[in-house]
Amino acid sequence: MTKYIIRRLLVFFPMLFALTIIVFTLLKLAPGDPYSQMMDPQIDASVFEEQRKARGLDDPIPVQYFRWLTDAIQGDFGDSFRYKGRTVAELIWDRIPNTLYLGVFSVFITLIVAIPIGIYSARNPYSPLDYAATGFGFFGLAVPNFFFGLAVIYIFAIKLGWFPSQGSISKPGLEGFELLKARLHHLVLPGLTLGLASTASYMRYMRSEVLSVLGSDYIRTARAKGLTERTVLYKHTLRNALIPIITLLGFEIGVLLGGAVITEGVFKYPGIGTLFLESIGNRDYPVIMAITLMLGFFTLLGNLIADILYAIVDPRIRYD
Amino acid sequence: MAVTEVVEKEKTSQETILEVRNLKKYYPIKGGILRRTIGHIKAVDGVSFSVYRGETLGIVGESGSGKSTLGRTILRLEKPTEGQVVFEDKDLTNMRNRELRPIRKDMQIVFQDPYGSLNATMNVQQLLEEPLIVQTNLSKKERQELVDEMLEKVGLRPQDRMKYPHEFSGGQRQRIGIARALILHPKFVVCDEPVSALDVSIQAQVLNLMSDLQDDLHLTYLFISHDLSVVKHFSDRVAVMYLGHIVEIGDKKDIYNNPLHPYTQALLSSVPTVEKGKKREKIVLKGDLPSPANPPSGCPFRTRCPLAHEKCAQVLPELKEKGKDHFVACHLHN
Repeated sequence: MTKYIIRRLLVFFPMLFALTIIVFTLLKLAPGDPYSQMMDPQIDASVFEEQRKARGLDDPIPVQYFRWLTDAIQGDFGDSFRYKGRTVAELIWDRIPNTLYLGVFSVFITLIVAIPIGIYSARNPYSPLDYAATGFGFFGLAVPNFFFGLAVIYIFAIKLGWFPSQGSISKPGLEGFELLKARLHHLVLPGLTLGLASTASYMRYMRSEVLSVLGSDYIRTARAKGLTERTVLYKHTLRNALIPIITLLGFEIGVLLGGAVITEGVFKYPGIGTLFLESIGNRDYPVIMAITLMLGFFTLLGNLIADILYAIVDPRIRYD
Repeated sequence: MAVTEVVEKEKTSQETILEVRNLKKYYPIKGGILRRTIGHIKAVDGVSFSVYRGETLGIVGESGSGKSTLGRTILRLEKPTEGQVVFEDKDLTNMRNRELRPIRKDMQIVFQDPYGSLNATMNVQQLLEEPLIVQTNLSKKERQELVDEMLEKVGLRPQDRMKYPHEFSGGQRQRIGIARALILHPKFVVCDEPVSALDVSIQAQVLNLMSDLQDDLHLTYLFISHDLSVVKHFSDRVAVMYLGHIVEIGDKKDIYNNPLHPYTQALLSSVPTVEKGKKREKIVLKGDLPSPANPPSGCPFRTRCPLAHEKCAQVLPELKEKGKDHFVACHLHN
């Protein structure tokens, strides 16, 4: 197992390396640069030319890339072009807590909704509630995130006024319980929006897994032993049905830290996703590169954790 | 009747341990947009018989004849549609799960598939210990002793108890399944094709083990199989099933030497023999087993029976005694 983990970690670096090359090249090939937006007839174009030279943006792409890489390996992701005087690391650190809250909230909603409904559906297949859940499942998978986000803003924020439509806190300077309340209040709509698709797919997974486990011979064995229905369900059925779900959860780690770019954008939620969107608009290369690298890293890490968990819950799987 | 010689009395007493009366198990067929019940699969359709303490009753029949459903319905792993199952004078038919639980200690099942019937996330220790935890008040140490003892009885090493099912061969896994079924010292065990998933070389081992355990633990077996040779080797009495009905039931010797029902005759003629110079006429049945969703009227076998006549299409023949303890359901013998 240890050997396997080490081997997997070794694969990390070439993959992240390849990722940075691709993203960096694509960014530079796109027309425009951080200064193209600031063009102003009042300011002489030569001012921007000088700035470009000073930043090294006129150098060939490979030269720029290696300069970036040399710094990044040493842990220096540079300064933001847009936010003068702030390092990329600072910007990201500022945003990470918000993104984490949103991610955890949405995964929490997903799990507490999807797993019980999935189990119920599997135990009562073709019941009215199962049909309702199936209908909701298809709805959740079919409706695009941004559209659902706008719809809930319209209904719950504008028409009913129950929840704020954007931001993460109502006003600065809140503390303690008030702060927690404000945060949760702001999390509800983006959390639901972000969790909708995954709730739907987890529910479908859960239903089909539980259904197939309930039909298996060893569940009949468990009943023949004279176990209570509770034990059959929790000890024998769920333990087996949750195995594939755990793999899915591994992927969620990438989402959790990477933030949901689109959902955060719709709700103007100040997390990594919004920062990412803004930075792309502003051609803030150092920020884009750092966030991409972070996303790649956590996606790979999530996969590795899922594989390790897999081996822990399923004794048939052994890595060596 | 030819069977006039005194049948050698088997080791069984005539005390009934299980009685099945007119048992039926229908599965609904759902169809249409609203998924209403539009018909029934008659897996078991009115079966009656008794099992005596200490004997082995073999149930034979081709695939789809309802053997496995019968076994499961007797143990109330399936809810019967109609009829009665009486085990040791207790009527199980309408018992609730809570009332059934203590009785499960006395009636157990060995499943056909040694791969699917063991929970892959539990090791042997957990698999065998679980019945003891829910059914007895034994201490951890006592349970441990029983697990080790049972493992040794079925020919596995106690030090393998921390291994998981996938680490064993098919034959070993079936031994685990047997150990699991027998660890509570049940009185009655349904063996649902316990060796059909195993290599022929392993089948004999497992059968001999089951036979030894029967003597050791005074077990009563209901032995379900489609393998006529295995049933002949293993059973005291044999019941032949066709399309959810028992068409013939009787002492092993009577069934094998003097089959009365045309289906039994055809079944037995299909068993290959290795005896030199002994040419037997093979009765080849036409067609397939009819669908249990739409069984033929009258006698279920009439569509394939070489001797069917008019009455067979109209009246369902009942089991009638034709010789000592030898029953057959066929109009030819009435």
